[in-house]
Amino acid sequence: MNSSYAVPAVALVVVATVLVGAFGLRISRTTSDFYVASRTVGPRLNAAAISGEYLSAASFLGIAGLVLVQGPDMLWYPVGYTAGYLVLLLFVAAPLRRSGAYTLPDFAEARLASQAVRRLAGAFVVGVGWLYLLPQLQGAGLTLQVLTGAPDSLGGVIVAVVVVATVAAGGMRSITFVQAFQYWLKLTALLVPALFLILAWQGDGAPSHAFEEPATFREQRVVRVGENLALKLDRPLTVTVDGTVDGRTHTDTRLRLRSGTHHIDAGTLLTFAAGDPVPEADRRSDAGLSPSQAESRGERPLYATYGLILATFLGTMGLPHVVVRFYTSPHGVAARRTTVAVLGLIGAFYLLPPVYGALGRLYAPELTLTGDADAAVLLLPDRVIGGLGGDLLGALVAGGAFAAFLSTASGLTMAVAGVLTQDVLPSRGVRHFRLGTVIAMAVPLAASALVGGLPVADAVGLAFAVSASSFCPLLVLGIWWRRLTPPGAAAGMLVGGGSALVAVAATMAGFPGSGAMHALLAWPALWSVPLGFLTMVLVSLATPGKVPAGTAAILARFHLPEELRTEVKG
Amino acid sequence: MSGFLAGLCVAILPLLAAGFWLGRRTARPQSLGGLGTPVEHATFETLHTASLAAPPLRAGLTEETARKSARRLRTLLGTDALCLTDQERVLVWDGVGGHHRDEIMKRLAGPLETGRGEAFPLTCDALDCTVSWAVVAPLTVDDRVHGALVACAPRESAVLVRAAGEVARWVSVQLELADLDQSRTRLIEAEIKALRAQISPHFIFNSLAVIASFVRTDPERARELLLEFADFTRYSFRRHGDFTTLADELHAIDHYLALVRARFGDRLSVTLQIAPEVLPVTLPFLCLQPLVENAVKHGLEGKPDTCHIQITAQDAGAEALVVIEDDGAGMDPSVLRRILAGEVSPSGGIGLSNVDDRLRQVYGDDYGLVIETAVGAGMRITARLPKYQPGVH
Repeated sequence: MNSSYAVPAVALVVVATVLVGAFGLRISRTTSDFYVASRTVGPRLNAAAISGEYLSAASFLGIAGLVLVQGPDMLWYPVGYTAGYLVLLLFVAAPLRRSGAYTLPDFAEARLASQAVRRLAGAFVVGVGWLYLLPQLQGAGLTLQVLTGAPDSLGGVIVAVVVVATVAAGGMRSITFVQAFQYWLKLTALLVPALFLILAWQGDGAPSHAFEEPATFREQRVVRVGENLALKLDRPLTVTVDGTVDGRTHTDTRLRLRSGTHHIDAGTLLTFAAGDPVPEADRRSDAGLSPSQAESRGERPLYATYGLILATFLGTMGLPHVVVRFYTSPHGVAARRTTVAVLGLIGAFYLLPPVYGALGRLYAPELTLTGDADAAVLLLPDRVIGGLGGDLLGALVAGGAFAAFLSTASGLTMAVAGVLTQDVLPSRGVRHFRLGTVIAMAVPLAASALVGGLPVADAVGLAFAVSASSFCPLLVLGIWWRRLTPPGAAAGMLVGGGSALVAVAATMAGFPGSGAMHALLAWPALWSVPLGFLTMVLVSLATPGKVPAGTAAILARFHLPEELRTEVKG
Repeated sequence: MSGFLAGLCVAILPLLAAGFWLGRRTARPQSLGGLGTPVEHATFETLHTASLAAPPLRAGLTEETARKSARRLRTLLGTDALCLTDQERVLVWDGVGGHHRDEIMKRLAGPLETGRGEAFPLTCDALDCTVSWAVVAPLTVDDRVHGALVACAPRESAVLVRAAGEVARWVSVQLELADLDQSRTRLIEAEIKALRAQISPHFIFNSLAVIASFVRTDPERARELLLEFADFTRYSFRRHGDFTTLADELHAIDHYLALVRARFGDRLSVTLQIAPEVLPVTLPFLCLQPLVENAVKHGLEGKPDTCHIQITAQDAGAEALVVIEDDGAGMDPSVLRRILAGEVSPSGGIGLSNVDDRLRQVYGDDYGLVIETAVGAGMRITARLPKYQPGVH
């Protein structure tokens, strides 16, 4: 792929982000423009900002990759990511805004008047934030590697440095405009190339291909195997090999591989002829993470799908960077309107990644072999259109991908740094916020160097599972159940969120490898969310004396519209 | 294997962070030893126990605070059982012999009435009951008996009577301090209430005079100004709630500035730079308008030429940062320090010190006003407003 256009595009996105962030607010107004100067953020602008912050690397790259590798089952990802806002709209948005809380720990304190629960919620915010930052950094590394061949940690380092520098320097003054700008940038970066790709596909005679059938190579293609691979063949296949197959080294030899499993070493070049079926990679033997996730899904697709649905539906409301944005809405009704607009914007965006996934299966099927399926979105314009047009469109997609990393990473960093400065680091102040920012970014950066190779969308799914098991019970019961007590909330968060966290850690470490146990740990939401709810309810019922004193008044404040509240007070 | 370790690290880090807090919160100076003679050591121990018992009592005498302090007080007295009561009932019984509660309460009627301590034997049917004597020491605040401290012991002891009396007096002092805290809170609440009715009378006279001057020459302008005046006074005199949003406060400031501009015309120019993210922030009512009024006063004072005022509201993570800046006469920092300390009252208008006091009262001492000024160099006032504070809504 030609990097002479992509690198400037990425640089342009970074510079534009910094500039809009720093100078968006520099326009001073005189008092005659007072109403312009003090206009609150409207639902549509705020919705664009929320969407901009929310659509991460997982959405931009991951979904297309998953659809490419595993087919239409993966459409549950975009559905889940969107439907989370429906749950948020119905149960949480307006009461959360009316609570006056800025962060999730604030909400815990406002509802339960307990410092201990506040701290626990803070710990989970940091945990979820770090889990979610990890795939952003890895996605950035992957993008830069595909574009320029740079070592795969460089992209993550660049994103980390840019985010820390702008956030710590207080450069994100007009964060709403930056994030709204990022949304439209991301939408454009996927929409325009998608239109051209569809036109090219039409021009190609609109070939279609059933997902159940194995993909085939449409032309002769050389595939470089990224990591050690076990190739499962149903029938014999003839390929040209330059490298090591089944322990024997070949140099540009035409080789007839018999049906069965063949082991291919990393770095081997395989040349397939046009019309050959794409062989299925069997990575059960590997320590890699992406394949084991995929395998367990293959074993128990129904369980995995329901686990995914529950995690994404209920996890959205606990994402720290999404929650803080609701504070920008002037009142509860505006928060609801904002959520409706978010549903529209995100719904429109999520129509696009599956298109890339489907086209990728037609035009770049070898990505299933190389383990770079997440790069499908980046490679397709060059592959399908080619030439200068392909390069330019590829550059646009690359810029959009970087916008995705930057916006989500900066939102998460600010949320995590906010909790660190308020509740962990000794005293408050600007310098401590900077320190908090550095810590907030340094930990996931170090972890991404250590863990490596986690597929982007899967890692995000794990963050959602932890959020759904800890914050969803806290928010839903906190808003709708008057008998919730501080010990109940703390126990529920610890048991639900904690067990999900342990499951996530075991999965990331590749602990059980396969089998029923693995499926349970890889998709923990289906048992950890009910567990969290149950613990919270039971412990609350067991400690009826601990119901906070002003609960009735607090719930009335959560649920009454603001105007009514003023009248009651007056 | 390295992957497993890395995953483990990722999972354990939040737990470590949580442990760090708890450790930092619960860590108290445990070791007092190593210094001085055994007698001095004992003194340190006693003082330390006393200092641990003090904080809960500073919140007044309730079941909750009594429960927290009773254990420490019993250590201090070294008795088997200790009980704290208010006028009607036993608040807490720490130690053995809890079945004596009712008997104690009956016998307390006298001491609670007179405010004098006494010691009496307890009657008990239980064979294994080790408490047979009770020493009562009343807790008095401003000569009124609030409750009593009862120490129970196996036998009569003059030392215990003396010690219980001293501890009761010490507890009484803590309760008096609690009383003082409460009256200070009430005073500040009263100040906030008083401040509300206190938009400067000069401002009302001046505004009405300006409006009157336009009535003949420009009736339309006069009508507009009158409406601005009505809006501003409606906001200032409103009765409900101690808090408002930054958006509402800024609107009030706009009405105020419209009236001031009508009076000073081109001599006053104002620019605003407001981040829309911070407009929903809740803050104490009429907290920024006095700062703007102050800026106008200082900006135009003793200066024939124009004055420029800049109002900025920025988003800063979990806080909003409001800056009000004028290029007027400024002030000697030492004078300003004395005004803020409440030693001299500023001439006319609402004092900066009041706003400062209220911000500190609501958000804590870290959130006072920051004022940068010098003679002839204008003044720049910075207020930090947390986006969320318990009780502020």
